[in-house]
Amino acid sequence: MTSTSIERATSISDDNSPSAAPQTVLEVAGLQTVFHTQDGDVHAVNDVSFTLESGELLGIVGESGSGKSVTMMSLLKLLPMPPAEIVAGKVMFDGRDLLQLDLEQLRDVRGGDIGFIFQDPMTSLNPVFTVGFQIMEPLRVHMKLNKKQARERAIELLELVGIPSAADRLRDFPHQFSGGMRQRVMIAIALACDPKVLIADEPTTALDVTVQAQIIEIVKDLRQKLGMAIVWITHDLGVVAGIADRVAVMYGGQIVEYADVAHLYDDPRHPYTRALLQTLPRQEGEREARLVSIPGQAPNLKGALTSCPFAPRCSQAHDKCLQQNPPLFDVNDQQKSACWLEEAND
Amino acid sequence: MLNYTIRRLFLAIPTLLFISLVIFFLVKLSPSDPTANLPLTIPPEVREKIRESLGVNQPLFVQFGLWLKQLMISEPLYWSNQIFGTNFDIGQRIISYQTRSPVMDIVIQRMPQTLTVVGTSYLVGILIALPIGIISAYRQYSFFDQAGTFVSMIGFSVPPFFSGVLVIVIFSVQLGWLPSIYDTTHVVTDWDSFVVQFKQMIMPVMVLALQTTAQISRFLRASMLDNLNQDYVRTARAKGLSEKVVVLVHVLRNSLIPVITVIALGVPAIFGGAIITEQVFKVNGLGQLLIISIQAGDVPTVQTLTFMFAVLIVLFNLVADVLYGLLDPRIRYD
Ligand SMILES: Nc1ncnc2c1ncn2[C@@H]1O[C@H](COP(=O)(O)OP(=O)(O)OP(=O)(O)O)[C@@H](O)[C@H]1O
Ligand SMILES: [Mg+2]
Repeated sequence: MTSTSIERATSISDDNSPSAAPQTVLEVAGLQTVFHTQDGDVHAVNDVSFTLESGELLGIVGESGSGKSVTMMSLLKLLPMPPAEIVAGKVMFDGRDLLQLDLEQLRDVRGGDIGFIFQDPMTSLNPVFTVGFQIMEPLRVHMKLNKKQARERAIELLELVGIPSAADRLRDFPHQFSGGMRQRVMIAIALACDPKVLIADEPTTALDVTVQAQIIEIVKDLRQKLGMAIVWITHDLGVVAGIADRVAVMYGGQIVEYADVAHLYDDPRHPYTRALLQTLPRQEGEREARLVSIPGQAPNLKGALTSCPFAPRCSQAHDKCLQQNPPLFDVNDQQKSACWLEEAND
Repeated sequence: MLNYTIRRLFLAIPTLLFISLVIFFLVKLSPSDPTANLPLTIPPEVREKIRESLGVNQPLFVQFGLWLKQLMISEPLYWSNQIFGTNFDIGQRIISYQTRSPVMDIVIQRMPQTLTVVGTSYLVGILIALPIGIISAYRQYSFFDQAGTFVSMIGFSVPPFFSGVLVIVIFSVQLGWLPSIYDTTHVVTDWDSFVVQFKQMIMPVMVLALQTTAQISRFLRASMLDNLNQDYVRTARAKGLSEKVVVLVHVLRNSLIPVITVIALGVPAIFGGAIITEQVFKVNGLGQLLIISIQAGDVPTVQTLTFMFAVLIVLFNLVADVLYGLLDPRIRYD
């Protein structure tokens, strides 16, 4: 870890030390993504807005199908288009709207300023190229390193994510790595060019629990060292509690609650968040007879939302919930909730 | 890998013996007489003498053994004498019933025609198929893809005895642009003779290439489509690589693995010649030789040719497997 590039990255984190005022690195406003499929439109992302401060870790939580991945992939237009179409929204990064960039400019951001880690490490690496080749690719494209420099940097990166005898392993193919090791490689690739933002889409879901814990430790550690802002997608509120600064809870393709961790866990406001927290297995006290789940089904995203998507599963639903989709109300300056119950307090 | 290859080669020996035995009996079962084509004026006793001299009256197993001995011992020794100037006593070589000359000599005479025409068409077919397959998959359901699908349908469904005759009618008979008969005695010495050679090759090569193109481009398209949806493609894009690199390096490299093995498996067919196309364009290659030998009941020729094809098929199956192992790092033999 003596390389200039990593020192450079570390120095960024100094700027982000608590004394410096946090700056917004990424601002998403009114993002809306639709899939035009053969059996009609799927409204996967509905008016999603959030900000990411430098050095912050934002957790995004929600059930399967709530639109977490599609939201994040929309930011860099990584979705197959068609069928996907980004209908509305702004993604401000570095003073530019990423959605307005042409593909050429967008490619400089992808893997350069914003790194991506995907859900399934078993299929996210190309099986026929060596791990070294795949780590070196973004280094050569974005940092314009020559072969030798790229190799040295790749070795550092592998050491950084805790892969032993890194120099030898560069020559290995992905199938020669275990799942956890492959996810480390994915992290190394995402971090290769010192990104300002790292988007991790359920990086531990496909891994077993001990490996999961290791990966979380690595990311925590790297965040300390490199100081980038992170978006961490998961459906595990327990994981988020341990690492996030703020959390956005997604349901039906929209953010239903958005708060800092303390508020979210102490005083969850949205009925969906409460239900989610209840499904967490308790560590103390009596154990539940069985794992709890939220009754009812995930919402159907065909057609635009005209009512609260959670209403059919909500115990506190009333008439208004079925007539109008609630906007995000400010609960306090640290917490927002998209629930008509907050209307009065607003 | 080397161990694996050697093991496979040894395993091929009984396979090949069995294949040649089956072919031998199949040909013998057909009611043909090697003397049937001789003039009717030849008296029956003489005919019988000729049969005896050909060895056709001996028991089948003796005949088969004799052929095998000639193939395994006489022929190699003969070629050793020819090439290295050794002085082995070679005994009898495999002799064609029809021409009374050694089968191997005929094969070697005819090989160049077949390789030029059929080999070229295979290469041309593959070279056309690669871009079509790649673009069709990348722009799935576009106009280009639909056109490619249509051409492939034609390539699959129209037999060469139809397309061959059709192009002859159009380009030779009606337009008079191209010769309808392939002149195998033509020698290329300068630019003009090269143009003549080029012109006479166009039609047979295109008729055959259409089939190869149809097959390979469809196969590559399917393989590309499979891979374009894989997660690693998204990773490659998320790294900021250009579409050219994503498609032509990441996706193509994976998609070619099955395609290359299919290409390797098609190589023996080149040596087999294009039986029908060679007939249509009068190319006297190996395919045509096989047809006339079958018609004449020329067992040694049919037997030797089919054995050669069998060897090539077994060999290129092995080549395909070895290539697969070389191209896909996940596959390791031994
Ligand atoms: N290619 C596609 N075509 C049509 N609909 C799609 C496509 N990809 C995603 N969707 C839809 O978008 C919605 C959101 O999916 P998304 O993958 O973002 O969910 P997620 O929150 O990431 O879930 P998970 O936790 O399972 O990863 C889902 O309803 C899904 O059906
Ligand atoms: Mg997802």
